[in-house]
Amino acid sequence: MRVSFTVNGRRLEADDVWEGESLLYVLRERLGLPGAKNACEQGECGSCTVRLDGVPVCACLVAAGQAQDRAVETVEGLGTASGLSPVQRAFVDAGAVQCGFCTPGLLVAVDELLERVPRPSDADVREALSGNLCRCTGYEKILEAVRLAAGGPDAPGAAAGPAAGEAGGAPAGEAG
Amino acid sequence: MAVTRTPSRITTGVAGGIGTSAPRPDGALKVTGEFAYSSDLWAEDMLWGFTLRSPHAHAEIRSIDTTGALRVPGVHAVLTHEDLPAKTHYGLEIADQPVLAIGRVRFHGEPVALVAADHPETARRAAERIRVEYVELEPIVDEATATAPDAAVLHPGRTDRHSRHVPHPNIVHRQPIRRGDVAAARAAADVVVRGDYEVGMQDQAFLGPESGLAVPAEDGGVDLYIATQWLHVDRDQLAPVLGLPPEKVRLTLSGVGGAFGAREDLSMQAHACLLALRTGRPVKIVYSREESFFGHVHRHPAKLSYEHGATRDGRLLYVAARIVLDGGAYASSTPAVVGNAASLGVGPYEVDNVEVEAVGLYTNNPPCGAMRGFGAVQACFAYESQMDRLAAELGMDPVELRRRNAVSQGSVMPTGQVIDAPAPVAELLRRVKEMPLPPERPWLPGAVVGDGGPDGGAGAVDVRALPGGLSNTTHGEGVVRGVGYAVGIKNVGFSEGFDDYSTARVRLEMIGGEPVAMVHTAMAEVGQGGVTVHGQIVRTELGVERVTIHPADTRVGSAGSTSASRQTYMTGGAVKLACEAVRAEVLRLGRERLGGTSPLWGTDDTGLFLEGGKVVTAEGRPLASLAEVLGSDAIDLTREHHHRRTEPFDLRTGQGFGHVQYSFCAHRAVVEVDTELGLVKVVEMAAAQDVGRALNPKSVEGQIHGGTAQGLGLAVMEEILVSDEGRVRNPSFTDYLIPTFLDMPPMRVEILELADPHAPYGLRGVGEAPTLSSTPAVVAAIRAATGRALTRVPVRPEHILGL
Repeated sequence: MRVSFTVNGRRLEADDVWEGESLLYVLRERLGLPGAKNACEQGECGSCTVRLDGVPVCACLVAAGQAQDRAVETVEGLGTASGLSPVQRAFVDAGAVQCGFCTPGLLVAVDELLERVPRPSDADVREALSGNLCRCTGYEKILEAVRLAAGGPDAPGAAAGPAAGEAGGAPAGEAG
Repeated sequence: MAVTRTPSRITTGVAGGIGTSAPRPDGALKVTGEFAYSSDLWAEDMLWGFTLRSPHAHAEIRSIDTTGALRVPGVHAVLTHEDLPAKTHYGLEIADQPVLAIGRVRFHGEPVALVAADHPETARRAAERIRVEYVELEPIVDEATATAPDAAVLHPGRTDRHSRHVPHPNIVHRQPIRRGDVAAARAAADVVVRGDYEVGMQDQAFLGPESGLAVPAEDGGVDLYIATQWLHVDRDQLAPVLGLPPEKVRLTLSGVGGAFGAREDLSMQAHACLLALRTGRPVKIVYSREESFFGHVHRHPAKLSYEHGATRDGRLLYVAARIVLDGGAYASSTPAVVGNAASLGVGPYEVDNVEVEAVGLYTNNPPCGAMRGFGAVQACFAYESQMDRLAAELGMDPVELRRRNAVSQGSVMPTGQVIDAPAPVAELLRRVKEMPLPPERPWLPGAVVGDGGPDGGAGAVDVRALPGGLSNTTHGEGVVRGVGYAVGIKNVGFSEGFDDYSTARVRLEMIGGEPVAMVHTAMAEVGQGGVTVHGQIVRTELGVERVTIHPADTRVGSAGSTSASRQTYMTGGAVKLACEAVRAEVLRLGRERLGGTSPLWGTDDTGLFLEGGKVVTAEGRPLASLAEVLGSDAIDLTREHHHRRTEPFDLRTGQGFGHVQYSFCAHRAVVEVDTELGLVKVVEMAAAQDVGRALNPKSVEGQIHGGTAQGLGLAVMEEILVSDEGRVRNPSFTDYLIPTFLDMPPMRVEILELADPHAPYGLRGVGEAPTLSSTPAVVAAIRAATGRALTRVPVRPEHILGL
């Protein structure tokens, strides 16, 4: 079948889609958008979080056909390496990225959270991101990144974690 | 054919040498989704591989019929062991694992056949049509069944170097440690405590599944793009299996989504290469999460029996222990895990009289091998539980008991090795003890408990902070708080006489009028931040801002494994050596070309440095720019870094200078327990660790946070459940639970920097030590809250309730 939908503001079509394919498979393997990750493929880890008509979903649990005529936003729509969004910048600056496999899903979830709750409490952040597993960071630096993105570097609590290092620092590198 | 989405070259334009929290050079790529993980790779005309696995833990294979699978449209190849062109077995220490099962399967999930097809679903469905006739055999599941008089021998005809020293062929390796006179010490002890402990099977549960892309080459070789921990040891195992010379098996590291030890062994590497060579097309294999649980080794589950004897004033007189590690169906790195568990089995304590024995078993359980902490984790849970038990018996503060016995520089380990670097165990304990405790929460009596929402009311308690959280299982009744402490000792680097080394190539040249350094190593960046540190080292040593990290591949010498907390020490050390060689060559060239311009060039390179793209004197006076010295020449040098030699442990006494370096971390855990339902909420974790020198403080903190989270997971939730028939019951993230954002509490971290005189920059490997003590600290806190003995991890509600 053919699936037509909007991805990061662009109208796209995928042809020869088998009915059993997930939105995740179509994004990654047919449209060349591998930002949403494949880690559990049963909606448990959040690595494939994308927004479907604005609502965060696990793309692995959405049948490709369900995306017909709908709007999908992936991490690729947030910003580019030369123009990071504030949330992306905060993740790099806070040291919230280690292996980075969970990062794209977390970024989409955080982006949606901050749109809904611009100044979330720590408990709000933990609750909102409890569907996104991270195996590397212990979540502490992710929390720091969200505080940073929510309030900027001068926000109270932005670097108030007991283990907070200096926030910010030098700019990140670029792809060459 | 075109391979797209191959790993990207990483360039950084960042100032920031060692000691600064320089950001990751791959950070921007990772937050935009552009970083190519191994499951993101793609090539034109690519096929998908799939692995058929055994449904039985132990069975004889009577026949395999592939005709049904070959008839499925879209299928390009089906392979069994009969199609293997050369060697049929591989392994890290003992080549006992078949590439595809031959005649017998020894664990649930063992690979039996392979399919390549044009769609992953086609491959999976075709694999279902392969008919395998099994005759089930009695599974070996523990020490008793492994060594029973009529036990089937899992690997008959063993000839490996350990086989002569084991009491039964189903024992992989055995390592005793004997020191002093335990019998005499036992007679002299005022207090003796004994305990039996058990550690469940933990999984590394990295998020990026095993995956990779094999591309057949025109020269008959193969190019493999792969997520792994050690490119060269993968190649060393692959080439004999593929029947190719090593130079025709070229590996390039692709993006690695975490590792934690699970990528040390081969998983799909050989399978993808075999399918690619057979079909003449690129073949990609990506494991599902379920397959990932079958496709890698796990942490050894363990049974540990300990006896501690002490004087009335809390001085340890002796420790006697037996540690049984279940290695599962194949050896993997079990011998080294046994060596670690034995030699670190007493913990960071001074004890004159020691009898420890560790054994690793062959069973029909899932194969176990490397995981962060590597044998030291299991022992730490037992000896730290014993220290608490002893403290209770003596009526002594548990931290004080530990401090009285803590090793320090100059202490003698049970192996006879003298600790010849700082070992601030007592100081680490003091620091976690003295950190402020989180405030008590007003659960009871009469506390107003809300859901944390805007209507919760002033002074309301957020129900999300309670055990059970929004499940609303308690409003505070029956909730009690406990505090627990633990400390551990871990070795850094490869031990027991292994000639561990790493290679680095550094190139310095002018590009666009600017000096640029390039670092080329085969180090696997698995998330730990090695690429960041390499840039920092180069900027420090060569005084240039722009550093390019070349993709890791097998075109440069081995970097060894990204494991054993060794990469910053070993490959970082190699980068430092290569930089020093490049600097010496810059100065030699400068003397040769510009020596006439100033007498300060001297006759050797003493007193001259590279800074800010210039050659400068000790006083900072510039002599020449790198552009003037180098002109259009490039300096390109490669160096190897070997750590100081260690020696094997004596097979009878366990004596020997076995470990390169020791690292230490202490934890304090604060928990709240719902004593009616047995639910645990960890309120806070605090850690103190000595890192020798923090090359990147932010990365160091990240490692301590992450290691602590894995230890917390082992304490309260993580376990692969294996049935009595040896079948894995929970191979999914629905049923195998790892800590979420709600399970991990806020953390306090203190970092000590007491330089190790033997290590580059004085650094101490960081990544593993924090996984050791967080588990026993959490369990100690639950014990303090509940009064239960709790001798098994993970602790489950029924243990807390005494059911």
